[in-house]
Amino acid sequence: MPEVRLFGGLRDAVDGAESVRVEGATIRELLQSLGREYPRIRERIGQGIAVSIDGVIYRDNWDQPIPEGAEVGLLLRIAGG
Amino acid sequence: MANDSKFTNQKFKLVGTRVMRPDGVDKVTGRARYGADASAPGQLVGAILRSPHAHATIRKIDTQKAEKLKGVKAVITSADLPDFTGGEGELYNVLENCMARGRALYDGHAVAAVAAVDAETARRALKLIKVDYKVLPHVTDVDLAIKPGAPVVQPGVKTKDKKAAPTNVANVTTYGHGDVEAGFGKADVIIEKSYKTEQVHQGYIEPHACLASVGPDGHGELWVTTQGPFAYRNWCATLLGMEMSQLKVTSSEIGGGFGGKTHVWIEPIALALSRKANRPVKLVMSREEVFRASGPTSPTSIDVRLGATRDGRIVAADAAMRYGNGAFPGIWGEVGAMAAWACYDIENVRSVGYEVLLNRPKVAAYRAPSAPMAAFAVESTVTLMAEALGMDPVEFRLKNAAREGTRASYGPTYGPIGIVPTLEAVKKHPHMRARLGKNQGRGVACGFWFNFGGQTCADLIIDVDGTVGLSVGTVDVGGARASLSLIAAEELGIPYEEVRCNIADTASLGHNDMTDGSRGTFSSGMATIFAARDAIEQLRVRAAKAWGIDVKNVSWKDGKAIAKGKRKSLTLKEIAEASPNTGGPISGHSQVVADGAGVSFASHICDVEVDPETGGTKVVRYTVVQDAGKAVHPDYVEGQFQGGAAQGIGWALNEEYVYGKDGRLQNPGFLDYRIPVCSDLPFIDTQILEIPNPNHPYGIRGVGETSIVPPLAAIANAVSDAAGVRMTHVPMSPPRVLAAIKASRAEKAPTG
Amino acid sequence: MKGIAVSTTVNGDAVEFVCDARETLLDVLRNHLGLTGAKEGCGTGDCGACSVLLDGQLVCSCLVLGAEVEGREIETVEGMADGDRLHPLQKRFLEHAALQCGVCTPGFLVAAKALLERNSNPSESEIRYALAGNLCRCTGYDKIVHAVHAAAGDLRRQQKARKKRKAAG
Repeated sequence: MPEVRLFGGLRDAVDGAESVRVEGATIRELLQSLGREYPRIRERIGQGIAVSIDGVIYRDNWDQPIPEGAEVGLLLRIAGG
Repeated sequence: MANDSKFTNQKFKLVGTRVMRPDGVDKVTGRARYGADASAPGQLVGAILRSPHAHATIRKIDTQKAEKLKGVKAVITSADLPDFTGGEGELYNVLENCMARGRALYDGHAVAAVAAVDAETARRALKLIKVDYKVLPHVTDVDLAIKPGAPVVQPGVKTKDKKAAPTNVANVTTYGHGDVEAGFGKADVIIEKSYKTEQVHQGYIEPHACLASVGPDGHGELWVTTQGPFAYRNWCATLLGMEMSQLKVTSSEIGGGFGGKTHVWIEPIALALSRKANRPVKLVMSREEVFRASGPTSPTSIDVRLGATRDGRIVAADAAMRYGNGAFPGIWGEVGAMAAWACYDIENVRSVGYEVLLNRPKVAAYRAPSAPMAAFAVESTVTLMAEALGMDPVEFRLKNAAREGTRASYGPTYGPIGIVPTLEAVKKHPHMRARLGKNQGRGVACGFWFNFGGQTCADLIIDVDGTVGLSVGTVDVGGARASLSLIAAEELGIPYEEVRCNIADTASLGHNDMTDGSRGTFSSGMATIFAARDAIEQLRVRAAKAWGIDVKNVSWKDGKAIAKGKRKSLTLKEIAEASPNTGGPISGHSQVVADGAGVSFASHICDVEVDPETGGTKVVRYTVVQDAGKAVHPDYVEGQFQGGAAQGIGWALNEEYVYGKDGRLQNPGFLDYRIPVCSDLPFIDTQILEIPNPNHPYGIRGVGETSIVPPLAAIANAVSDAAGVRMTHVPMSPPRVLAAIKASRAEKAPTG
Repeated sequence: MKGIAVSTTVNGDAVEFVCDARETLLDVLRNHLGLTGAKEGCGTGDCGACSVLLDGQLVCSCLVLGAEVEGREIETVEGMADGDRLHPLQKRFLEHAALQCGVCTPGFLVAAKALLERNSNPSESEIRYALAGNLCRCTGYDKIVHAVHAAAGDLRRQQKARKKRKAAG
């Protein structure tokens, strides 16, 4: 079960926790599990978030597999110029 | 293979060469058509009435007289637009920014619009619209806006606790790790400093412009200067209740965007006017409107605390970052907080971003949005720390720089990154050994930007004569067509000249995210490679058919199909010519989510000369070192480095939104909002480093944005060195520098 | 609205148009004559994107009234190339990648042409000051200055060759 670190404002949606453990072999499954266990995070996911897996940041590629023991983070989806 | 984005480490024949851009001749002969260069039969001219007040309730808008004026074909206010009250907040905010609904939130906020037969009639009609305002108290300064009792910009906004009183702080977000206070406990030296940066505008030379046409059948077309035709299409259709497929958006040539053309401003208004008048409407912003009502970046106020041990190791870092968002909540303080400490490996680190609402225009992305101000505060303090420790500022940075495996302050752990190599290159650069003259000073600073990819689609067609048409959906902001043609030619193994790259409209290609986040060449480059690989698959099938052999025995090399036992190869041209009878047209297609954009780092060196009598600063030498991953077209990579540096120089020394006590913008023109001109700048030296991005077939990282991140700090460090006094307020305009010099002299002078 | 009839010469061609007294030369070029090479970046003479030559003199066409050009000669970016041969400035701008978005390019080309017509061998600082009325937000001017410098050399060589031919013929 991957440990997901949450950064910035996303922590508010999981009662301030720095990290949570949820099921998920892909980004999609991970986000689904997060939404089930922490319903308040669904709105943030809907607005757009980014997921980092071992340092690489994914925004829309929800098929991305999450390897065993990977470092996983949930981040703000930033804007660019 | 087809959609494998892993770095191939191949030897390039074309990528990395300096070819001529395919859109060049049109652009030097005046033929290229920008936003305001298109016209339609029966076209009307649109114009927008804007609030002269920084903050007011709109009690009534009387448009009757304007409507009766001969030649006026449509007048609209928010009453003519969908009302998203109670719906999704962001939709409401975006539309309210385009057209005020019951309240004006900043000087320049649109309150009504007209379409008339000509510009003069439209202007006269605006004068006939009577708006009954009740003026409210306003606030335009970041520090004043967060004080108790400050006028509240958005009464609906509350920080966190929904029961709390309204405030101008729309959100507070914290990043970092470790125990910051314990870290400071271990520090031998602690430096605390507060910084301020003024609001600046992207300053694209081409104002927002569009030509909109909507019929009563619900069909619509929009010609517009934008960084993202698909995003504009989606926004406009959603805001106006149109079906996305019924609205075709074509991006004109774009006369600069830098983030400012990633948001809709006048476009929904032009479409609404056209729909009401049932005629095409051309709507172009004046320069004054561009300044008052589109795109500036945040004004900021930042406190930094940095702790280090005597041997030069940073042990704790903390930043409180207040970013003005304008009249609508955004994410700018949070992005600043994420970027602030990204260059360094710090055990105990924290940054807190505050989104502060002001009676100023809605803040838009500006090239690596939020990062330059963060870097100004952080990199100024880092240099101060090096000075306090008696260390060379480059050595001190090297000692603390993030490396592969460092946990970034914003969360993830870095893969291979370029901060150390850029600093090593700075150390070796002859610029660092050049002698400084009288009143001159030198500064160094680092910068970071995330970069991102996103949804991308490309079509590659092989014409029967063997030439290739490439259609992409990311707008070409500065040479991308050349780079993408190079990539297509490289992958197919044909000459560059045989590829023609076109920017597709929204009806001709699948969705593409905008050209932002330095993603154009990274993402469309990836999609182009995949589309070319798709086309090669088909070329192999056709060759196999011609030879009557199994396709698995055919491979592709240097623009030709080859097969074991076949002495002759089949060229792309030969296969294309035969295509009508081997299965019809040949084309390659790709649709990808281009993720895995590599983070980008740069280090800049700057020499300035400060005139102690006037406080005027001249940049005398400037060097940019940046990691490009792979420079596809080095000329345009250098151009991005130079352009970003120049914008940063303007920001650091001159550019500033000046608001009067009445909350009105005092300098909405290029005369008083002075961007750097040719005689203000030296040649800007560039050094491209290529540390391949492992997540792109060609190793490409984005290059567009990072170059604007270090300049504020590099120049502040240089000016402080030259003037002998630490500058903490950007822009370092002559009056500010002079005041700082005088204050420092007064401080140093013996008293009594 | 009463129109003013104006006869003038644009890029060597005789042209007639009727304009409103308030319309600028830039409005006339863009909206009446279909010459959209000159751009309106500010409308106040600060950005130079609308630069044209009026009787050989560099002007911001947004600061000239359409009615003022009666009997005069106007040159715009559209008239710079000689048939299908690009002007050396146009060529060098392309070779040196002196444009990114390209919206300021017509103004720069016209301003640079005005400079090289009065000074065939300008120094870097002469180039920089001559182009200080033209704003570019993309390039940092670096490659523009190099391109103008290279084009100046081309024009000098062309002139020398012409002189040689004249002397020989």
